Amino acid sequence: MEAYLAVVVGAVFAGGFYLVMRRNLLRFVFGLILLSSGVNLLVFTAGRISRGAPPIIPEGASAPVGEVANALPQALILTAIVIGFGLTVFAMVLLLRLYERLGTLRTDQLKAYLEAPQPVPGLPDEEAPA
Amino acid sequence: MKSLILRTTTRPIIVVLLLISVFLLLRGHDLPGGGFIGGLVAAAAAALYAIAFGADAAARLLRVRPELLVGWGMATAVVAGLLGMVAGREFLTGLWWVIAVGDQEIKLSTPLLFDVGVYLVVVGVVLRFVLSLEER
Amino acid sequence: MNALLVAPVVWPLATAALLVLLQGRLSIQRTLSTASAAAQLALAVILLARVATEGILVVQFGGWDAPFGISFVADHLAAVMVLVNGIMGTAVAVYALRDLDADRERLGYHPMFHVLLAGVNGAFLTGDLFNLYVWFELLLIASFVLLTLGNRREQLEGGIKYVAANLVASMLLLTGIGLLYGATGTLNMADLALKLPLVPAGLATTLAMLFLVAFGIKAAIFPLFFWLPASYHTPPVAISALFGGMLTKVGVYALLRGFTLLFVADVALTHGLLAWIAGITMVVGVLGAASQTEFRKILSFHIVSQIGYMVMGLAFFTPLGIGGAVFYMVHNIFAKANLFLIAGIARWYGGSFELKKLGGLYRHRPLLAVLFVIAAFSLAGFPPLSGFWAKLVVIRAGFEVQAWPLVAVALFVGLLTLYSMTKIWLAAFWSPLPEGVTLRAGPAPALLYAPVVALALLTLAMGFASAPFFALAERIGAELTDPTGYVLAVLGEAAAAAFVAQGVAP
Repeated sequence: MEAYLAVVVGAVFAGGFYLVMRRNLLRFVFGLILLSSGVNLLVFTAGRISRGAPPIIPEGASAPVGEVANALPQALILTAIVIGFGLTVFAMVLLLRLYERLGTLRTDQLKAYLEAPQPVPGLPDEEAPA
Repeated sequence: MKSLILRTTTRPIIVVLLLISVFLLLRGHDLPGGGFIGGLVAAAAAALYAIAFGADAAARLLRVRPELLVGWGMATAVVAGLLGMVAGREFLTGLWWVIAVGDQEIKLSTPLLFDVGVYLVVVGVVLRFVLSLEER
Repeated sequence: MNALLVAPVVWPLATAALLVLLQGRLSIQRTLSTASAAAQLALAVILLARVATEGILVVQFGGWDAPFGISFVADHLAAVMVLVNGIMGTAVAVYALRDLDADRERLGYHPMFHVLLAGVNGAFLTGDLFNLYVWFELLLIASFVLLTLGNRREQLEGGIKYVAANLVASMLLLTGIGLLYGATGTLNMADLALKLPLVPAGLATTLAMLFLVAFGIKAAIFPLFFWLPASYHTPPVAISALFGGMLTKVGVYALLRGFTLLFVADVALTHGLLAWIAGITMVVGVLGAASQTEFRKILSFHIVSQIGYMVMGLAFFTPLGIGGAVFYMVHNIFAKANLFLIAGIARWYGGSFELKKLGGLYRHRPLLAVLFVIAAFSLAGFPPLSGFWAKLVVIRAGFEVQAWPLVAVALFVGLLTLYSMTKIWLAAFWSPLPEGVTLRAGPAPALLYAPVVALALLTLAMGFASAPFFALAERIGAELTDPTGYVLAVLGEAAAAAFVAQGVAP
């Protein structure tokens, strides 16, 4: 099972890095989302896959009974998902603002558009000239 | 969005979503759920309302600014952590109070308080983003 | 004692929560924000005093013992860094009172500033690798917001590069953490020091490389530094001073911690690579600075160049080298941040950061010129300022291990740094005012000057009364090269004995 998941992790990473290296920043963010899913799967796989019960100690006992799953990777992943969610949302809002102000999301055009911005028609351009 | 179907179905769905969000928050300590998931469900409810009736209506429904929710949530979580220290234990140590109501037990704890803080922060942060994206 | 260890994180977070609730009441926010930063500085002083008298302090969150719970560990390095963060936090908070516009304050500058301070302190104090990742993310998200606050075009354009590079670094860091957990079954750093030697050498080195890249992006070492000069000159001066002084050094701190406590299995390879990186980082940074003509861009490239010296100290992996790296780091935080703040005052008078549009500041404001000279010549390594001693220690460490080429590079880069600083001096302070430019009359607000003077005094103190600073740096160097004390403090006697028995400790 670990071997299959390792291959899947590799494939997701490959896709993520491919997108991250694209010129369009929107693709970049999609790549990041893919990468963070890949990392979460990696943490999950690295924590060993087992068919165990939830690691909850029953009433009156002081240790879990029978085989239980490793809870730590899941806690780590949950934290990573929360953080990844926040960062992704922020990146999306940043992209939107960038597109409003500069009129492009292509990395090779950023510099030129910074000198001569072409704000998107219909969207507000609040920036007053300095 | 002016869709009669969306507007009509949104109200009952929101009620259910908010109930589920509180349910998830309260069962979170030793069952799947918790402050983050509960907060996301509540935020999804508010986002749905914003999509159906517009950001202004959603902000009016909420009554408080999302930033304030974040502030109160952070304060609640910090206090939950400090309570363990007030009791002479380490920071973030869980304290439990069991209250008997009839033949039922209600368990109150600092982890629950911490989860309430997380819930508020998540609702606040997500709504802040959703409202600022919907406002245009 | 455990309250003292948690305070550097809880205090600013509680302040941030309060500041959010006070959103809109600017004058109360300003007072609270500054007072809280000063109080945090006081707490950091007490923490360092306690660490100096009682040795390494440890707290286990929630009462769960290491390695199962999350530990906070304050050794000398962590305590010193928390203190430096307190100093910088206070200085920047005071400066921002006049530098920041009310619009940005309304958008949430104050709470985010304190979240950033909390994240930095957390990263310094934590003894758990995953927890380090969490603090990194917290300080990242706060820095994202601060960097793009106000949504000006340059900020957005620089911000996206900063965000992109740092998010990729976070992914790599998390990948490394996941694989490390799979290989050792623990994420407590002291426990990792104990268990990593049991991991096959090839795997350990691979993991070390992953962490090198992840921390390296955050520390802005060659070839991963490009995001820094692209973004650090865009936000308001107070924010870029905090970023330029403090934030990249968190990455350096992570490198210092990781490559003394964890990845020491194949020192010849990892630290040999670090030596190459250090040399190239120094040269590339300083050459980049030589080609710039904007005040803050020159300073940004110099951050990169100076990071090279710190990595150089780490690469030697001797007590002297690492002590020197820490001394260098502290000196550099003060001097560099001060130069950014001075750039802000120069702009207050001249209205621009462009060197071509500045001039005559020496005649106009001799005090500002003196302050600039102290910071700039300290950065370039002029005796007897702090930068001279910092360079001297790192280079002496190089003599000890006979790394002649690297020492030669370091000396050469020192000369080029002097060239850059002289360039700013000539253009902005010495040369006559360009046509059509007038300098604003009257002294700049005292609130802008106060932090600059304080930091300049610190630079002078580190230069003229360097003995106590050296003693502290030596102690840190000894502590980091022999982590037995760290393991003992976190895991107890049995683990420390096992650690010594493994023969990892020298």
